[in-house]
Amino acid sequence: MSDEMKKLNENDASSEAQMTSEGEAVAAENDVIAAIARRQRVKKVFAQIGLYTFLTVMAVIVIFPFYWMLISSFKTQPEYNAYTPTLWPRQFLWQNYKGLFVDVHENGIVIEGVADQLNLGTLFLNTVLVGVVSTILSLIVTVLSAYAFARLEFKGKNVLFALMLATMMIPGELFTITNYVTVGATGLGWVSHSAAEQVTTGESFRAFLALVIPFLVSVFYIYLLRQNFMQIPNELYLAAKVDGTSDLKYLWKVMIPLSAPTLISITILKMMGAWNSYVWPNLVAGEAFKLVTVGLRGAAFKTNELINYPLQMAAVVLVTLPLLIIFIFFRKYIMRGVSRSGIKG
Amino acid sequence: MNKKKNQWKAWLYLLPALVVLGIFTVWPIINTIRMGFLEGYNSAGERLGQPFSFGFANFSNVVGYREFTTCLGNTLLLTVVTVPISTMLALLIAVALNSIKPLKKLFQTIFFLPYVTNSIAIGMVFMAMFSMIGVVPGRDPDSIGIINTIIEAFGGSHIDWVNQTSSWGANFFVLVVFIVWNALPFKILVLLGGLQNVDKQYYDAAKVDGASRWRIFWRVTVPLLSPMIAYVVITGFIGGFKEYNSIVGIFGDTMGPNTQPGKWNTMVGYIIQNVSGFQGRASAAAIILFAIIFAVTLVNLYVSKKKVHY
Repeated sequence: MSDEMKKLNENDASSEAQMTSEGEAVAAENDVIAAIARRQRVKKVFAQIGLYTFLTVMAVIVIFPFYWMLISSFKTQPEYNAYTPTLWPRQFLWQNYKGLFVDVHENGIVIEGVADQLNLGTLFLNTVLVGVVSTILSLIVTVLSAYAFARLEFKGKNVLFALMLATMMIPGELFTITNYVTVGATGLGWVSHSAAEQVTTGESFRAFLALVIPFLVSVFYIYLLRQNFMQIPNELYLAAKVDGTSDLKYLWKVMIPLSAPTLISITILKMMGAWNSYVWPNLVAGEAFKLVTVGLRGAAFKTNELINYPLQMAAVVLVTLPLLIIFIFFRKYIMRGVSRSGIKG
Repeated sequence: MNKKKNQWKAWLYLLPALVVLGIFTVWPIINTIRMGFLEGYNSAGERLGQPFSFGFANFSNVVGYREFTTCLGNTLLLTVVTVPISTMLALLIAVALNSIKPLKKLFQTIFFLPYVTNSIAIGMVFMAMFSMIGVVPGRDPDSIGIINTIIEAFGGSHIDWVNQTSSWGANFFVLVVFIVWNALPFKILVLLGGLQNVDKQYYDAAKVDGASRWRIFWRVTVPLLSPMIAYVVITGFIGGFKEYNSIVGIFGDTMGPNTQPGKWNTMVGYIIQNVSGFQGRASAAAIILFAIIFAVTLVNLYVSKKKVHY
């Protein structure tokens, strides 16, 4: 009987009905059971159709802006500006992408392209530079602090850690105001906020410092890595000590490899942060060290006094694409980092 | 063993972090409060030796400015409207994703896409989709844009969503759509993660009792997911009060349609506008923002303590 029960349980749609009829298998009752099972199966199919329809509609809504950006970037301006826009370009043209890097002049006036004001190559280079340098420095600082909090004993450790976590509650804008003054001429002198306090020599390097240094330490990343470090058994550390391994060597050879996934998550989120940052670079670096988002939003994509949307969309595609490619390769790490942080970058 | 030596070493490991945090986190906390309570403070004036007296003038002034109250109103309204919508939609999508097998990975990837995009760049795409070209009052526009084309295909008539003659309601609709679109991936990710950890036996029990899908959703799924829902709602509120990038994405630095700058400015937008010249005002606004976020978080935590089923 127990075997029979198991089988019945597997077929959960009819199990409940069949259990009551157990023992006295009357033909009429079997018909009822079959009818119930059929109805439940039909219900399930309808439910599945409903689910897929809902998900498909939502997915189309989510994807549509990407689709629109991509196909628009291949259109001519007149085609885009038709009263009723086309859902598929009549002809796929690369001229908008070319227009991002080379201008077409006529009588000394740019008639097509935004290369003169956008400088996409420089923007990419600047952003990658800020991203890479701040990620490397940030990783070093984070690893060292997380190690101190996870493995070393010192007075006031818990109080200090709690205080650091408490700063996470404060909105970043509160820091921005003072930091703006701090990096200016009256403070560290990295950035000139007005013509009166001009910082000239090595202007872009100083602006670079202003973009990298203030955001080197993320308490959240220290917290994340410390949790990871604490999971590594202490016996490993003691064994290494017996063997005469130095702290730094142990950190490098054991702890870092063991927490590689967290470090990769931090790296990617940090790079994404540089790529997406707008407020701070727009505020302090301006022309001296322009990042990609600032340049993109600030450029006027105009041809004949009208916004040249296809040209603009081509630029948006080039800015969006690197992140999508990173996402395809590092999906797992991004999702892991994101679900724990709730923040972009 | 040699505890003294270790103490010294620990501080050495922490040194870089503490120096940076000291300058760019601890000092700003102190200084922003100081600037907030110095009446009419600005850093250029201080450098020239201008004295500032202690008081609450920055706060009372800021609250009195119409500009500020507009920002506060916009921020509150956008948050209060978008957080429930995006949470509900994300919950439905997560539950739907959790009950299908084929194509699940594909859908999951699609729904995560908005997260890995630059919200300012993609805001420009939303602007392009809603925008009409050649809008002049009293005459048909040259192009009505793709969203209006879709609306006309379904029998509606075109509306100025974001251009110079656009109404408050039309702008608001576009912003809500964009903010919800942007907020979905994170919420879906967290809620789906929670759903996957729910023990299947609860559902089996509900099915044996003959509960309907709808009843199962409200009586089993929602209570079991409540810690995750509370988490997304709290982070949603915090993110909502700091809204800025979405509006810059759609409207640019003008924070509103070209002819109506500042129409959709937010708290953060107000702070940023005043950072360069009126640090006292900006600090007061930032402290108010912090107070609001702090209060809302406390209320949320209090409510979830009562309602959340762990």
